[in-house]
Amino acid sequence: MNTTPGSNEDENQPQESRIGRREFLIRAGAAGALITGSLVAGRKLWQPNHYLPGFEDQKGLQLPDFRFGADKLLPSMAIAHGPDHEKTVSAAIGALGGMSRFIKKDDVVMIKPNVAFDRPPALAATTHPDALRAVAKLVFAAGASKIIISDNPINSPTGCFLKSGLRQVADELGLDLLYPETNSFAPLQMDGEILKHWTFFHEPFKKATKVIGLAPCKDHNLCHASMTTKNWYGLLGGRRNQFHQHIHSIVSDFPMMMKPTLVILDGMNVLMKNGPTGGRLSDVKPMGTVVAGTDMVAVDSYGYSHLLERDIAELTYIHKAHDRGLGNKNWKEANYKEVQV
Amino acid sequence: MKLRTARRISQVFFFSLFLFFVIISDLRYYKGYPISLFLELDPLVATATAITTHTIYKGLLWSLLLLVPSILFGRIFCNWICPYGILHHFIGWLMGKGRAEDKVRIESNRYRSIYQTKYIILIGMIVAALFGSLQIGLLDPICLFHRSMTTAILPTLNLIFPSTFYVRQNYYVGGWVVGFFLFLLVGMNVVIPRFFCRVLCPLGAFLGSIAPVALWRIERNPTKCVDCDLCLKNCEGASDPHTQLRKSECFVCFNCIEDCPEDAISFKFMPPLQHEVTAPAVPARRALLGGMLGFAFFGFGRTSGAQDRDYNKKVIRPPGSVEEKDFLERCIKCDQCIRVCPTNVLQPAFLQAGLEGIWTPILNNRIGYCELNCTLCGDACPTGAIQRISIEEKTGVGKFAEQGPVRLGTAFYDHGRCLPWSMETPCVVCEEVCPVSPKAIFSREVTITKRDGTDITLRRPYVDPALCIGCGICEHECPVTDEAAIRVTAIGETRSRDRRLLMDGGVTSSVRELEQRKR
Repeated sequence: MNTTPGSNEDENQPQESRIGRREFLIRAGAAGALITGSLVAGRKLWQPNHYLPGFEDQKGLQLPDFRFGADKLLPSMAIAHGPDHEKTVSAAIGALGGMSRFIKKDDVVMIKPNVAFDRPPALAATTHPDALRAVAKLVFAAGASKIIISDNPINSPTGCFLKSGLRQVADELGLDLLYPETNSFAPLQMDGEILKHWTFFHEPFKKATKVIGLAPCKDHNLCHASMTTKNWYGLLGGRRNQFHQHIHSIVSDFPMMMKPTLVILDGMNVLMKNGPTGGRLSDVKPMGTVVAGTDMVAVDSYGYSHLLERDIAELTYIHKAHDRGLGNKNWKEANYKEVQV
Repeated sequence: MKLRTARRISQVFFFSLFLFFVIISDLRYYKGYPISLFLELDPLVATATAITTHTIYKGLLWSLLLLVPSILFGRIFCNWICPYGILHHFIGWLMGKGRAEDKVRIESNRYRSIYQTKYIILIGMIVAALFGSLQIGLLDPICLFHRSMTTAILPTLNLIFPSTFYVRQNYYVGGWVVGFFLFLLVGMNVVIPRFFCRVLCPLGAFLGSIAPVALWRIERNPTKCVDCDLCLKNCEGASDPHTQLRKSECFVCFNCIEDCPEDAISFKFMPPLQHEVTAPAVPARRALLGGMLGFAFFGFGRTSGAQDRDYNKKVIRPPGSVEEKDFLERCIKCDQCIRVCPTNVLQPAFLQAGLEGIWTPILNNRIGYCELNCTLCGDACPTGAIQRISIEEKTGVGKFAEQGPVRLGTAFYDHGRCLPWSMETPCVVCEEVCPVSPKAIFSREVTITKRDGTDITLRRPYVDPALCIGCGICEHECPVTDEAAIRVTAIGETRSRDRRLLMDGGVTSSVRELEQRKR
C-alpha cells in the first residue's frame, strides 16, 4: 500500500518513488524518536535556576577514629632516653606495653612521617630513616599485613622521600610509599575553629586500619614548634600557605581532625633553631630521647619544654587544644613511664 | 506568494531582529527584551554546553524550538533564520558570483569535497567539549556574528557616528582581530559562495548531521528532468539537487524549485531515498583527525597552565562567573556580556586566559570598572558562564550578609607610583570612590616634612583585604592613569576556592573579620 500523500499527482511517476509502509514507519519513527529524545533530554538536563559560584554548600568526608580502647593500667605516654636510635624507639614502645598493644594481626598501618623538606637526615628537618625503620619493624613484628607511608611535603615529594632516606627504608622493608598524586585528595569535613573543610590526602586512609604519627622535634619560625600535632599538616592539600594567617587555631584543630592510634616524637636529634627547614648541623642538638604516647598534646608538651627546652606558655596551639578538650597539656598528669636504655 | 518571497521576508525579519537585539543591548534601552534569543535558539550552544556541564542553562531550552523543525525539514535555519547566513547570502549576491552569468553560477554551486570540513570541525569541537573545553563559540555563527558586532562593527560605526551606539566611545582590546576575521570570512564569498556556511560552520554541520532523518525533502522527478542544471544556479547549500540530493547540505532555500523550468523539483513529505546521499560525506579517517585535533586543542590548552598554576593575574572575570575550569565549560565567546556592560570594563581576552579562553570576557580597569549595583553581564549570559545572580547576592546584603559579597579580585598599592606615599602630594581619590561600606580603602594621616622644609599632612591609603571586592574603580579613577598606583589582580576572587587570599575555612565572611577586629 502506498502512503505518499497527494498520490494523485504521482500517477505518472515510477513505482520506486513511492515508499512502503515499513519504510514510512521507520522514517517517521526515527524523526519522532529524535524529537522525543530531545524533549526528554532537554527537560531532564534543564537547569532553571542559577547558583552563586564559590558559595556552594560543601560537605567533606569524615575520618574514622583510629584510637584503640584505652587500658588504664598501662602507661599512655613513655619517655625513653638512650644513645641508639632503634633501641630507644623500641624502649619507648616497650614501656607503653609493646607494639602489640596497638597493632593487631592483619592491620594495615599508615605511618605518617614528616618529610616536608628535601633535606638529608642529619639536618633533622625530616623524620629520621632509623626511626622509621625501628617503628616499621615493630609494626610488622606485631603482625601488620601492610605499612603505608605518605606525606604531602612542601618541597617536591619525590626529592623529599629520596633525600630524607625514607624511600630507601620503604624499599628495604617493603613499605607502600604513596606519593601525593593528583587524585589522592578528597575534601575533608574539619569543622574546626576556622577551618571548616579542606582538601585532604585521603588515599592512604582508604585502607588503613591504624595510624601512627612519627614526627621529628623541630623549631618552627611561626608556630614555635613542629612536633606530633603539627605533623598532620602534611596530610592537607590545597593552598596551605593560607593557614599561616591563623596558624595556632588550625594546628589546634589537628587533634580533632586526626585521632591516631599512636604518636611518636623522635627527639634523638632536635632542630633547635632556624626551623622548620634548618640547614646547618649547628642548628641540631642531640637529645637522645624518644617520646611515644596516645595523646599528642601531652607528648608535644613534653617535647617543647624538655627537648626544645622552652617555656610552654608561649606555645599557643597546645593551650588552645587543651582548652578545647582535645588533649592534656599537663603531661605529668598522664600515666607516664620514663625509661633509660 | 512565491516561496522565494516568503523566504526573503523571513530573512529580512530575522536579520533585522538580530541587529535590533544587538543595538538595544544597552542600558539606555534595555528593558527585558529577549536579547539572547538567537543564542538560546542555537541547538549547538545547548548541546555543547549540555556535553560539558550536563545541564541546559535556563533559556537554552528554547533551542528545542529550532531543533524540532530542523528534524522535520532539515537546515531551514541556515537560509531562513540565521543572521550570519543571511549576511553571507546577501554579500555573496552583492559582491560575489551572485550576479555572474548562469554557467559560472552553476559551476560555483556544485558540491565539493572541501564542504566536509565543517563536519570535521564539529567533531573536533565536540571532542574538546567532552573533555571540558567549550570551543564552539569560535565558529558558531551566532556567537561569531554577535562577537563581531560587539567588538568590531558597532565601535567602528560609532566612531563615524558618535554617540549612536554608546554615550561615550567604547573600546575593545583586540577587536580589530575579530573585525578582520569577519572581513576575511565574508570576503570569501567572492571565491566560494556561502564559503563560511558550506565549509566552516559547525552549527550547519550539526543541523546537517540531523538532516538525514528529516521528513520533508527536495525531490527531483527524473522523468521530467532534462538535466539543464539550472537548479544549481541559485543553490545556496551546494546540495546537488540536479542529481543525488545531499540533504545534509541543503539549506531548504527552495531556489531550485523555482528555477526549474520543467517543474521537476518539489518539496515532498517522505520521498524515497534511493536517489539521495543521505548522510554527511565524511571519511572515517578525516573524522578521526578532527577528533584528534579537538583533543589536542584541549590538551595543549590545558597543559599550558593558564587555568591552573600559571593563571594570569589580569584574568579577572565578571561578577557571578563560575570557577575558571567551569567557565571554560560554559563560555561561548558570544561576548554579549561585553555588549551590555555599561562601563566598557569587559573586554574580549586574547591569550591572557590561555588558548581555550580566546574571546572570553575579562575586566580591564583602565577602560572601565565593575559597577557595584549592576549584574547586567549575568543577565545577558545565555549559558551561565556568568550566573544570573541578583544585586543582593553580588553585594552580599540581606540574607547573603553572612557569606559576604562576590569578589572579583583584590586591589594592591604600588607605593612608588602613589602620590601621598612617595610624591609628597595629597590625593586618596581611591578611598573616595571605593563603593563598599565600610570602605575597603582607608587612610592614615601622617605629617611629613617636605623637601622644601615645610610640613604637610597627608592621608596615605591602605587596602583592607577582607573588604575589597576587586571592582577596580580605585584603579580606574587613580590619577596615575598610564599605570595606576592601585591595581586589582585576580587573587581573592570568590568564585575559586583555590584563588582566595584570606584563610577563612572556605566560608567568606567579612562580617566575622570585622567583628574580630572590632573596627
